Amino acid sequence: MKTLKAIWHSAGRLGTAAGAVLACGPALALKDLAGGPGINQLDLPPSITEIGRDQVWLHNFMLIICTVIFIGVFGVMFYSIFKHRKSRGAKSANFHESTTVEIVWTVVPFVIVIFMALPATRVVVAMKDTSAADLTIKATGIQWKWGYDYLNGEGEGIGFLSTLDAAQREMSDSGKPSGDDYLLKVDNPLIVPVDKKVRIITTANDVIHAFGVPSLGVKQDAIPGFVRDTWFRAEKVGDYYGQCYELCGKEHAYMPIHVKVLSQPDYTAWVDGKKKEAAAAADDPKKVWALADLSARGEKIYAANCAVCHLPTGKGGGPIKALDGSPIVVDADKTKQIHVLLNGQNNGAMPAWKQLSDTEIAAVITYTKNHWSNTTGQIVQPTEVAALRK
Amino acid sequence: MSAVIDHPGTHAGGHHDEHADHGAPHGWRRWVYATNHKDIGTMYLLFAFTMFIIGGILALGIRLELFHPGLQFINPQLFNQLTTMHGLIMVFGAIMPAFVGFANWMVPLQIGAADMAFARMNNLSFWLLIPAAIMIVSSFFMPGGAPAAGWTLYAPLTLQMGPSMDAGIFALHILGASSIMGSINIIVTILNLRAPGMTLMKMPLFSWTWLITAYLLIAVMPVLAGAITMTLTDRHFGTHFFNPGGGGDPVMYQHIFWFFGHPEVYIMILPAFGIISAVIPAFARKPLFGYTSMVYATASIAILSFIVWAHHMFTTGMPVTGQLFFMYATMLIAVPTGVKVFNWIATMWRGSMTFETPMLFAVGFIFVFTMGGFTGLILAMAPIDIQLQDTYYVVAHFHYVLVAGSLFGMFSGYYYWAPKWTGVMYDEMRGKIHFWGSIIFFNITFFPMHFLGLAGMPRRYADYPMQFTDFNMVASIGALGFGLSQVYFFFFVVVPMMRGKGEPAPQRPWEGAQGLEWEVPSPAPFHTFETPPKLDATATRIIG
Repeated sequence: MKTLKAIWHSAGRLGTAAGAVLACGPALALKDLAGGPGINQLDLPPSITEIGRDQVWLHNFMLIICTVIFIGVFGVMFYSIFKHRKSRGAKSANFHESTTVEIVWTVVPFVIVIFMALPATRVVVAMKDTSAADLTIKATGIQWKWGYDYLNGEGEGIGFLSTLDAAQREMSDSGKPSGDDYLLKVDNPLIVPVDKKVRIITTANDVIHAFGVPSLGVKQDAIPGFVRDTWFRAEKVGDYYGQCYELCGKEHAYMPIHVKVLSQPDYTAWVDGKKKEAAAAADDPKKVWALADLSARGEKIYAANCAVCHLPTGKGGGPIKALDGSPIVVDADKTKQIHVLLNGQNNGAMPAWKQLSDTEIAAVITYTKNHWSNTTGQIVQPTEVAALRK
Repeated sequence: MSAVIDHPGTHAGGHHDEHADHGAPHGWRRWVYATNHKDIGTMYLLFAFTMFIIGGILALGIRLELFHPGLQFINPQLFNQLTTMHGLIMVFGAIMPAFVGFANWMVPLQIGAADMAFARMNNLSFWLLIPAAIMIVSSFFMPGGAPAAGWTLYAPLTLQMGPSMDAGIFALHILGASSIMGSINIIVTILNLRAPGMTLMKMPLFSWTWLITAYLLIAVMPVLAGAITMTLTDRHFGTHFFNPGGGGDPVMYQHIFWFFGHPEVYIMILPAFGIISAVIPAFARKPLFGYTSMVYATASIAILSFIVWAHHMFTTGMPVTGQLFFMYATMLIAVPTGVKVFNWIATMWRGSMTFETPMLFAVGFIFVFTMGGFTGLILAMAPIDIQLQDTYYVVAHFHYVLVAGSLFGMFSGYYYWAPKWTGVMYDEMRGKIHFWGSIIFFNITFFPMHFLGLAGMPRRYADYPMQFTDFNMVASIGALGFGLSQVYFFFFVVVPMMRGKGEPAPQRPWEGAQGLEWEVPSPAPFHTFETPPKLDATATRIIG
């Protein structure tokens, strides 16, 4: 197979020439992508994790055994084909059975298979051991992007989406791609620290996706309704690329994975930066709002949380109370409605909405008090909600 | 009368002759009302070849788009439809019916039976294929296009498909019913209609492998029917078998599908093993080595095929014990498969070989199929599979076993038996051109895919990073050559034979061929073995 490989390597070179002619230029400048695919790469990528190196080792081990058997078996066959042909005057023998031979060539492959399975077993056990992780990140497959949430470890609470760079998708549509990282460039790469055991928990929002990064030696399906996990410990700082490996609809080819491995200080700096960003984006609970702004904010919160039961018209229905014209909503005592939202009502038929922030509760109450036929003109500020939270 | 189509010259007599044929119907009635196993076999083979060409055109669409990165001809939605339909059509429309066609033609001839046991059911199982094929091919023209969830039809992606998904499910149900009927027919024929003296352990291996295949089909086709029926009710009747939105389990779909899917792989290869086991001894002029162990190896492959399904699912995240079990069980299949290859080579050893086209395809089969077997062993190792799952390596692997395996096995069988079917010899030079064209272009197409897979290129991608360009170009060029080789085969080998152009075939065109099929004249008369033949001790000759 080695020689076959060599032959195909030269065939690949021929292809390069043909490609250059057809692509008229850009292909000439193409380079290997570090951490991603190489040009006419023939083997598994060099790995920067222990599991990845084991996989490469196992693959070479298998390739050598298979090549030796292949040459042995087909050596015999081709010898026979050249020697035992009628045109060379070969007379056919008449043997057609030998129990000894049959037993030998059943037992020998059996032993070889066991010999192959032993090192693989060790790697399987190591691969599946996701315990004692330094950092746990949830990767959610979404048609057609990845969501990353840092669940545990340094950076806990960070979460963002990672989407293919829009220019790449346009290049694809135009049929004129270029660039070493074509289809692999994303807006927000997944950032992890070097030399730390990172556990990736996968799940999905819609259909099955698969989180795979060849250089890290990981691939794990992301299945809606299930959580699965895998792990890696990157030993080298750098950029590593992967793609979605499970057919997930029409944009399957356009949801790459970019893992950026940073040194520990760089990672800490990135986490601090992210935390500051998040703080800046959050609502200031002390802010005093104007009626129109708060009501506009409340409309969105109503649509997302309340409209399912109370309906966009605010009329409710059946056991669901109407908000339009509700005595509690239009009551001059604002605390009544705040209590209902914070604690629920009717044994939880109206659930408590404590998980919403003070600003959100204030906004949605203000909205209901000033919408449909309700025209109280009242405004509930976040501080009023905060005061009533227990 | 020729058993394939009427051609002037061979049809010597007038009414007398027809009377001797038991008033065999003519014109369209002969085919629509067909109950003759030879006619039905011919129709199966022609149907399968038509579907093979349709599936091949879809494959060329895929290769056209992948010739160069970027989208030039086919949008990603259509691309997914092409990959899905290529798989479904090739598996259910081409390979499976083609083998049933071979079985229809050859099983009664090999065991000395007058016809298949259930002749009218045989007619029905063929004619069911036509509406199913029309439905599945026309799904491209339904709103939203053909199904695009991959031939494996994984949930919950199937829940997002348009109405063509339902058409596809219905078509698969019909094809499944057809397969089950065909299998029952083959089992009953083999178990009940063997000529006296044709004991099971004297039966030709092609009939043996089909007997085992038929059992596999009866065991697993209902499992597929169950999986796709649950998909159907999830789509329309609010059930949540596989829909995670209602607490369903998409992984369960994969378990059920592959419980069907893995035996299905052997359904598509075991009959080819049978053909090769007939061809190699014929052209080595030496009896098959280890007949008994061949039978046992086939049976063990069939049994093992039921306990390895989850090796298709190593990346779904099963527990460590699950991965180890399925890894060990899968690697174990290498043993009986190896035994088969060793037996074939031992049959060739110290034979007196000639290399007519059937033998070329048989040797090509062993050589290239074994490469597919080795990549299968490599993929069976769970840690390596983690790298290679859903990459082009897998695509390369299963085309090595399905194209170089099943398809080359069938070509070998065609060249071997078609002189008996049609009464004329094929042109040896054209057969050799077909063989060399097929095997060379096959390797040009699929060998580079190993490298693409190792480098990490995912399958079912309409577009890919620039670094993968060259190998994709090579593969696309090879695919075109491979497709043209098959068109050549049809127009320059099959059509002339069907029209009776060529040297008349003697009753025994192959010096070393053994078996009852060579005891009847060429072309095989419309009715054969109307009274059970008396066989010699080896059950390969008629003695009176």
